[in-house]
Amino acid sequence: MSLDVQNLVVAYRTLRGDVRAVDDVSFSVADGEIMGLAGESGCGKSTLGNSLVRLDRTMRCLGGRALLDGTELPLSDWDAMDDFRFKKVSLVPQYSMSALNPTRRIGKMISEVVRSRKIRYKDVLPELERRLRLVGLPTDVLAKYPIELSGGMKQRVVMVLTTLLDPSLLVADEVTSALDVSTQRAVGGMLVELRDMGIVTSTIVITHDLSVLVQVADSVVVMYAGKLVERAPTATVVDAPRHPYTKLLIASLPEVGVRYAEHVLAGIPGHPPSLLDPPKGCRFADRCPLASAECAVEPPLVELESGHFVACWKAS
Amino acid sequence: MLNLENLSKSFRGGSFGSGAVPAVRQVSFSIAPGEVTSLIGESGSGKSTIGKMILRLLPVSSGRITFDGVDVASLEGSALKEYYRKVQGVFQDPFSSFNPVFRADRIFRMLEREYFGDLGAREWSAKLHTSLEAVGLNPADVLGKFAHELSGGQLQRLLVARALLLDIEILVADEVISMLDASTRVDVLNLLAGLKERGLGVLFITHDLSLGHYISEHTVILRRGVVLEIGETAKVFGNPQHSYTKMLLASVPRLHSHWEPLEPGEPARTGPRDAPRGRGRRARGQPLEPVPLLVEVEPGHLVAFEDGGTATAGDER
Repeated sequence: MSLDVQNLVVAYRTLRGDVRAVDDVSFSVADGEIMGLAGESGCGKSTLGNSLVRLDRTMRCLGGRALLDGTELPLSDWDAMDDFRFKKVSLVPQYSMSALNPTRRIGKMISEVVRSRKIRYKDVLPELERRLRLVGLPTDVLAKYPIELSGGMKQRVVMVLTTLLDPSLLVADEVTSALDVSTQRAVGGMLVELRDMGIVTSTIVITHDLSVLVQVADSVVVMYAGKLVERAPTATVVDAPRHPYTKLLIASLPEVGVRYAEHVLAGIPGHPPSLLDPPKGCRFADRCPLASAECAVEPPLVELESGHFVACWKAS
Repeated sequence: MLNLENLSKSFRGGSFGSGAVPAVRQVSFSIAPGEVTSLIGESGSGKSTIGKMILRLLPVSSGRITFDGVDVASLEGSALKEYYRKVQGVFQDPFSSFNPVFRADRIFRMLEREYFGDLGAREWSAKLHTSLEAVGLNPADVLGKFAHELSGGQLQRLLVARALLLDIEILVADEVISMLDASTRVDVLNLLAGLKERGLGVLFITHDLSLGHYISEHTVILRRGVVLEIGETAKVFGNPQHSYTKMLLASVPRLHSHWEPLEPGEPARTGPRDAPRGRGRRARGQPLEPVPLLVEVEPGHLVAFEDGGTATAGDER
């Protein structure tokens, strides 16, 4: 069992109170598994991913724990996390194109990053060059400035850098979102390759785009308003979702082949609830066509079939 | 009817503006009323530049844009104002389209002052409410609010409602739903598709092939400022001829199938898309590749002539 997250609660402190962006979420990612984390903006998917490396000092872990290969991650201790960050847990941020320092050549920047981890650049250089070639980049990118690379190349440089120390867990946050379809495909393929080559043990891919997850992920977790609503193997989530939110979300996605003239898709009316004062019961209830009295009580996450977890009273 | 004839645009580039960066080259197509035309291209293809030229936000380098037979570049003063009464745009990021300091409905007051100064308060209010309801907004929910109090979908609809207040004939929608959430984007998409039933012509600029396929009657595929394939949407998507269109279609992530292996000679990671964007795209001194000829492969479907193989209608993918 590579990553095991139990009852994790992550909050942001605001003047109007704590916003629980991730509220009591439990899941596990097996060795060699690529888990997709899907949901709309504000559902807490990025917060969940970032909390595993404690990227942001403003977020506070109010409860729960995360075990990586049996060791507990110090989710609430910024300094203790330094031992894990980049070595054991690595994160590719949402705008990784802006993660590169524009005033440094790529190689210089990488040498500064590894030196901060007390590693000599010279020692990692052969492996770094091998990895760059592996993902189809010429090694002379090390002598270039970020502005000289295309978006897809920058994305791959960042991914090579973050996985340089063979992390047990890679968190890829919206890495395909700002890219063209052809580059998206290359980057998605790279996530699978990193796993296949054993460079990364487990991966969490965070995206709002379910169709990208179909291409790369083994399993998918769907989040809504800070809660985990459904978890299942990718094919099950797409073809046989059981949570009404997942069903409606998938039904609202236009795909090549679907045309307005023949089939008008429908969105989900309403908005997600405010997390400052979330509703007591099921958080999707006020947008849900199936909602009834029992939804005033929060539904537990139950395993309907092997590996298929759903948090909905109406699913069973 | 809006016509683009051999439209070209080049930007000054390089050090001290010495070089020219061709952004759009000899693009011709037209936007007919009651139809959605989607302009599909990857980043840097010049699709937004075309939209901006139509809206007169950028001057044209060569070629021309005509609206009902009149050259748009020649319009000035009241004629230009009348043009904007008929042609409007909505852009990608709804949050930056609004001034955060003012209430969001300020865009309507600015419009009232500019175009409807002679209208009485009650008539204006009725007109505004009709327009808001046409885009599926409840006036009480959105009027008097600041931009941060509204969702992206609501803001984007406000902008469409603003355009609808004028008697627009052409709407330029530049990536209008890319910033919206999946559960609300399809509603805005349906709204645009519904506009064509009121006789509007919509130019739908997108990088997302599935969205273009969903709502448009005509499709234009653009790469590096050049039209590679143009025609009725069903024909372009159903029987793509250009290798670039095929590659794009093969790369679109789909919900119910996996990426198919690309054709030989098109490895996943090399090729033109890896060329750095922007100014470094073409090595200095290297001649510009010529604009390919468009060949009609079937009625209403034109494809750019490619080296190493003529596009033919029988060439199934």
